Amino acid sequence: MASSYNAKEEDGHHSGAPAHGGAAAAAAKSKKPDNTAFKQQRLPAWQPILTAGTVLPAFFVIGLIFIPIGIGLFVTSNNIREFEVTATPTRDTSNVFMYYGLSNFYQNHRRYVKSRDDSQLYGDRSALTNPSKECEPYRMSDGQAIAPCGAIANSLFNDTLELYHIDSNGTRNTIPLVKKGIAWWTDKHVKFRNPGGNNNLTAAFRGTSKPVNWRKPVYDLDPSDPDNNGFINEDFIVWMRTAALPTFRKLYRIIQKKAVTTPTLPSGRYVLNISYNYPVLSFDGRKRMILSTISWMGGKNPFLGIAYITVGSICFFLGVVLLIIHHKYDTRNNSADIPN
Amino acid sequence: MTWRSPLAVVRDALSGQRAREKDLRNLVSNLPYEGLDRAKQPNRYFPGNAIKTTKYTVLLFIPMNLFEQFHRLANIYFVGLAILNFVPVVNAFQPEVALIPICVILSLTALKDAWEDFRRYQSDRKLNNTPCFIYSRREKQFMERRWKDVRVGDFVKVVCNEIVPADLLLLHTSDPASVCHIETANLDGETNLKQRRVVPSLCISDPELEPESFNSIVVCEKPDDNLNHFKCYVEKPDKEKVGAGIESLLLRGCTVRNTDHAVGFVVYAGHETKSMLNNHGPRYKRSKLERRLNTDVIFCVILLFVMCLVGAVGHFVWLQSLPSVPPYLVPHSAGLLDSPGLSGFYMFFTLIILLQVLIPISLYVSIELVKIGQIFFITNDIDLYDEETDSSMQCKALNITEDLGQIEYIFSDKTGTLTENKMVFRRCSIMGTEYPHKENAIRLTVLDEHESEEEVIFNQRPLPPRAGWTLDPEDTNPERKQHQPGSQRKSKVSGNAQRDAAFSSPLETEVIPDRKLLQQISGAECGGWQIDPYLDFFLALAICNTVVVSMATAQRQRVNWLSHSSQRNTPLDTLSNLVKRAGSFRHIFTSWQHTPKQSRTLSEDSVIEEDHFNPPVKTEGAGDTNGLQTCSLQTPSQCDKPAATSNKLSYEAESPDEAALVYAAKAYGFTLLARTHDSVTVRLPSGQDLEFEVLDTLAFDSNRKRMSILVRHPITRECVLYTKGADYAIMELLGTPYAEHFSGSQKNIASDTQHHLDCYAKEGLRTLCITKKVVCDEAYESWSVNRQRALAAMENREELIMETAVQLETNLSLLGATGVEDRLQESVPDTIVALREAGIQVWVLTGDKPETAVNIGYACRLLEEEDLVINMSCNNKRTCTSILDCTLEEVRRYNEDPRNVDTTPDISLVIDGRTLTMALASDLQDRFVDLAKRCRSVLCCRVTPLQKSWVVKVVREKLKVMTLAVGDGANDVNMIQAADIGIGISGQEGMQAVMASDFAISHFKHLKRLLLVHGHWCHTRLANMIIYFFYKNVAYVNLLFWYQFFCGFSGTAMIDYWLMIFFNLFFTSVPPIMFGIMDKDVSAEMLMGVPELYRTGQGAGEYTFSTFWVSILDAFYQSLVCFFVPYLAYQDSDIDVFTFGTPLNTISLFTILLHLSIEIKAWTLVHWVIMLGSVALYFIVTLAYSAICVTCNPPSNPYWILQSQMADPMFYLICIITTVVALLPRYMFHVLRNSISPSPLMQARHLDRLVPSSRDQWIKEWRTFRGGGHVKRSGLSTPTSPTLDTPVDIYPQSPTASDIT
Repeated sequence: MASSYNAKEEDGHHSGAPAHGGAAAAAAKSKKPDNTAFKQQRLPAWQPILTAGTVLPAFFVIGLIFIPIGIGLFVTSNNIREFEVTATPTRDTSNVFMYYGLSNFYQNHRRYVKSRDDSQLYGDRSALTNPSKECEPYRMSDGQAIAPCGAIANSLFNDTLELYHIDSNGTRNTIPLVKKGIAWWTDKHVKFRNPGGNNNLTAAFRGTSKPVNWRKPVYDLDPSDPDNNGFINEDFIVWMRTAALPTFRKLYRIIQKKAVTTPTLPSGRYVLNISYNYPVLSFDGRKRMILSTISWMGGKNPFLGIAYITVGSICFFLGVVLLIIHHKYDTRNNSADIPN
Repeated sequence: MTWRSPLAVVRDALSGQRAREKDLRNLVSNLPYEGLDRAKQPNRYFPGNAIKTTKYTVLLFIPMNLFEQFHRLANIYFVGLAILNFVPVVNAFQPEVALIPICVILSLTALKDAWEDFRRYQSDRKLNNTPCFIYSRREKQFMERRWKDVRVGDFVKVVCNEIVPADLLLLHTSDPASVCHIETANLDGETNLKQRRVVPSLCISDPELEPESFNSIVVCEKPDDNLNHFKCYVEKPDKEKVGAGIESLLLRGCTVRNTDHAVGFVVYAGHETKSMLNNHGPRYKRSKLERRLNTDVIFCVILLFVMCLVGAVGHFVWLQSLPSVPPYLVPHSAGLLDSPGLSGFYMFFTLIILLQVLIPISLYVSIELVKIGQIFFITNDIDLYDEETDSSMQCKALNITEDLGQIEYIFSDKTGTLTENKMVFRRCSIMGTEYPHKENAIRLTVLDEHESEEEVIFNQRPLPPRAGWTLDPEDTNPERKQHQPGSQRKSKVSGNAQRDAAFSSPLETEVIPDRKLLQQISGAECGGWQIDPYLDFFLALAICNTVVVSMATAQRQRVNWLSHSSQRNTPLDTLSNLVKRAGSFRHIFTSWQHTPKQSRTLSEDSVIEEDHFNPPVKTEGAGDTNGLQTCSLQTPSQCDKPAATSNKLSYEAESPDEAALVYAAKAYGFTLLARTHDSVTVRLPSGQDLEFEVLDTLAFDSNRKRMSILVRHPITRECVLYTKGADYAIMELLGTPYAEHFSGSQKNIASDTQHHLDCYAKEGLRTLCITKKVVCDEAYESWSVNRQRALAAMENREELIMETAVQLETNLSLLGATGVEDRLQESVPDTIVALREAGIQVWVLTGDKPETAVNIGYACRLLEEEDLVINMSCNNKRTCTSILDCTLEEVRRYNEDPRNVDTTPDISLVIDGRTLTMALASDLQDRFVDLAKRCRSVLCCRVTPLQKSWVVKVVREKLKVMTLAVGDGANDVNMIQAADIGIGISGQEGMQAVMASDFAISHFKHLKRLLLVHGHWCHTRLANMIIYFFYKNVAYVNLLFWYQFFCGFSGTAMIDYWLMIFFNLFFTSVPPIMFGIMDKDVSAEMLMGVPELYRTGQGAGEYTFSTFWVSILDAFYQSLVCFFVPYLAYQDSDIDVFTFGTPLNTISLFTILLHLSIEIKAWTLVHWVIMLGSVALYFIVTLAYSAICVTCNPPSNPYWILQSQMADPMFYLICIITTVVALLPRYMFHVLRNSISPSPLMQARHLDRLVPSSRDQWIKEWRTFRGGGHVKRSGLSTPTSPTLDTPVDIYPQSPTASDIT
């Protein structure tokens, strides 16, 4: 980009004999405008002009920066192992994340997104018994407030997935699935709170009723861990973070790495046991289970790497084109010729 | 207060209404009713003097202001959408939140209105509480009261230098002649004193008026807004009616001068006064760009509807395709789902709410802000400031600044606009003999050369001609000698600083007498001088006018009347006032510095004065003063005192011509000493004072084109009528030649004079004929009766008065003629040439005769030597038609002939008023306009004000071009109002033009900078800003639209609504406003140096159909990129709705701001601060908002979203690539266009980056190159005024001087 600070002298061409003679004696009330660079629109200015010659370097620089970034991204993405239900496990030694995926499920439908009461989930007692109108028609049930209210909570994903490794002698070994740490830290600790502390959830939720579609009340979601119950149940929190796009995945469990050398999921045969509860036929949906490692760039997605490489190459190409144009035309502009 | 039945109140109100509506009003004195309650007051129906210019009251402010604001369609639209949001089935957001933008807009505007109204209220209160004196019967004297206490029927006393509180019928003054002088500067800006006299035959000779004895009825008409018209009569108890007119009315707002006190009867008070009726608000015009803009807003509405329709249909189809009810479809509270069709229908409205920002709500507010900023810069331009009058550019219309950049036709007045309207006496012809006044001409050229240096003028100025005529040439009375320069210096200084006395620069006041003429006069004087035509000529010059003599010493400090125009101040004014106040200390300092210098020049003056004693004149004076001395010795005592004062005489003339003639007469010793209503005193060269009794004055009007004064000669006791007027108005009234005593050389004076007049006109002088007529006493008596009847008439008074005037003005004897020069203003030729190079056609419309006009036309380079000048002047329509057809044919042939492409002389058209009327008739209109379009310049002479506006209207409507009219006088008002832009020049002729104008400048030359620089800047800035605004809204809103394809067209917004509002209100609003105010594509020097650059703005300018759609397409592309790059990057991940929206919002912020930085042409510190500040503000506000908001604003719940995003490197990688991809095409487009086919503006920007000296060099070279065949011409006309380059030419050429004598 062209750059030349064109600082024009303060008193430019029309210094206009400031306040001379007796006429200016009455200048205390003079209407004469101040001769300042700002008021006279003479502030020093940088006046870039976009021409082939001046922007050439920018294109080459972008090309040179973008292509390596793109390659890096592409490689990183390729290193991420991701397997859908039928896939083979890896020898990776890092944590493996277990997702469930739904497709064609419009969690981002406007009325669905709204159908929740954040105050209730925040542990607000008055909202617990008198939830927001947005929750309609999943607000009250048999005269009792639904906790948690709303359509999102009502449609909580309730399949359970279990993964077994079948070792060489044919025994099923349950792979330990960690259910802690799957939600955002801030959600778990700030946005979602149980009413009246976490001491006695049954008492805290007295006078409320469970969502229509649920089998058990909210304070009974995870019988194994009292800290994972009520509104702060992490499966629940994850579900409540409504997906942006109709085909999405949500983190279900984490398979923690064992040691530095042993793979998290050694090769072998695995069995996935699904207790099928969640209906997807009503919306032509599909369910998936995904096992994936993640890197600094998140899950596997080669798009960004390809995009960087492509854009970098285009810029490089345009740089060459501009170089030609520059040789053909720009020299003409530099000699001040006559317009028109 | 007693109780009155409602019926009586209604009846009273009705009768009050009737009383106010009646054509004639009967007013009686309030005094007999003093102290009685209101119902008994005879004048109770007429409003009091308290004024209220406020629009609102405290209680009703909100409803009234809202009502006012809902006149704007856009506001209704947005309120409608906000209300729609309250309908549950269609709402897209929290209903309350949806109200925020419109509330912010409405309350901002309301705040501005409230503040303006409060200022009006304050100034009203100040005015209403100004003290004044009202007569009280109880106290038997004038008591101090407030203005608001004045009622119709009161007696009010005004003392010297006080402002008149209401419209008063003058009953009594302290002046023995029963006159009162007023200054009407507050009303019409005219600074000269005007005389008002007591209602005739009501003159109460007592030293004190007895208001209680006033028992007449004043009958006056309904109030109107004409400042120069008033009719009433006073009916005395004995049924005698005495007429009175505007000459007896003291208008509210005038200042009493030179009169100790005056008493008047209140006829109109408060809002019925003429000054209040004249007080119209600011003008509202809609600019061309804004009209274009409105059509594009309609396009946006259509676009919005299409998008919503797509959404509605999409929603319907989506619902249709669902096999059954999925869990994410939320039923209504009743548990039922709407049918897909109904849902689709509702969705249409939801989407309108969601995508409403496509219609830019803040665009209108931003445009207003931008215009305020632009006006701030225009009014603060130091190059448009005039030191002499201490006036800077005024913008009266606030919303048409960008029109200045699109002007295609300029219609200019001549006198006062192109010329200075400072009349200088140049030559005269008496009894058929020409006196060329060579010395005077030389003096003028000397003055010209030193125009800028005032001190030099004083040093070189020859002695005032009076010196040659002192009674005793050897008299070296030191007192007098030293006194003179001092007083003159003073008048000059005051004239410069405050324009105290009108028309009194040395240029105009001093005339060097012609030697030969002096001899003639002195010869005549020693002979029987009463009948000498020479003496009569100069007496006529001195007497036949309305010049008022005032003492230079009289206090003329201007009382600052809170004129209502200043109350309608814009916030801008206050802003600049604040800034100014800060700078005032510096001013005080500089003024103090300069004081010593001033006194030094003063003493120098007096020394040099003696050195430059003008020898020829001195000898003349000494040579023939024998007779004079004897004459003067007879009245030594009389002479001495006035002689001392006569130096201080200053003349207050309504027209500069009159002043010029009076000064000329003074140069020959005929000094106008005093003028009262019924007498004129003139000092003769002999020193004798003659007091003429004024029998009547037949004032000037534009129909008669002459004025007369009827006086009784003090010596001969004859009734003498002196008439002066335009030659064509006088020549046909001539009777028997005056020169019986020239029996020997019977010359045909009339034809000789006519010949001289023609020569004068060719020289560009303004001509006047002077005549005399002796009226016999009987004739006068009978005429006088008619006259009185006419004056008292209530109906058709004007016609009757004119008729009587015409009756008397017959059989005139020609004395001679005068030629007065109206000099061209500084840089007028340059300006006209530059405007023409800028592609603007310049038309000059003048009331002058064709010869004068053509001459000025050449002088100001409107016409060029090698031009083909078509002269159209014909008497009947048929010739007019044929001439028009022939010329048109010829011109067409000329233009179409390929051989003539380069050699065709430019065509100019000169047309006179009569022909113009015919040409503008509906059947010839098209042909005339077609012809005029092909002419490079058009000069219309002898046109009336109405014709001026008619021409403008025809051209504007037929050619569909942007027109600008510029003028300085009342006769230009029509034209100024008819044009797209009216420009008033605040010059010598009052303020009427300025009042009617959209912009007021002080010199014609300022037009160049105003159009070429400010016009260009304002236009490009605003046009680019508007295009950008449309782009910005479309680009942003489309993100939401694309998202609809992935949320089942359900109207979900993935961006928090507050952040969306903030995005438009704070994060991206200031940069475009700054862009609209401060962007500078090409420097002022370049625009001034290469006027051709102005052409880029003409026609549609920067804002065309294609630029609009290109930017809309670009917006679509960019929004696609901004949506789909993140979409693809986040596809099939666990991202949630609002986490997905955050990078989108950030990306579009960067894209939108970087898009603007591609468009910004010059980056100043302000630009950097605002652009970086906007980005910083976005991150600070969003981070703070996401940190605080835990459960607020459901469903978005932005808690910690941006924070978590910013911790993720993917966020940055996505932002960078998306922004690059989004802006790449536009960037590339700019680069390619600038490299391959740069526009002239782009080339100018390249040149701008050169160092100033080489740039100026380039401009100079280019001008000579472009000038090509014009080089020869430019050598001739660089001088600023024609007098500079013509002195050599004039004298040899003027046949009048040598041939005739």
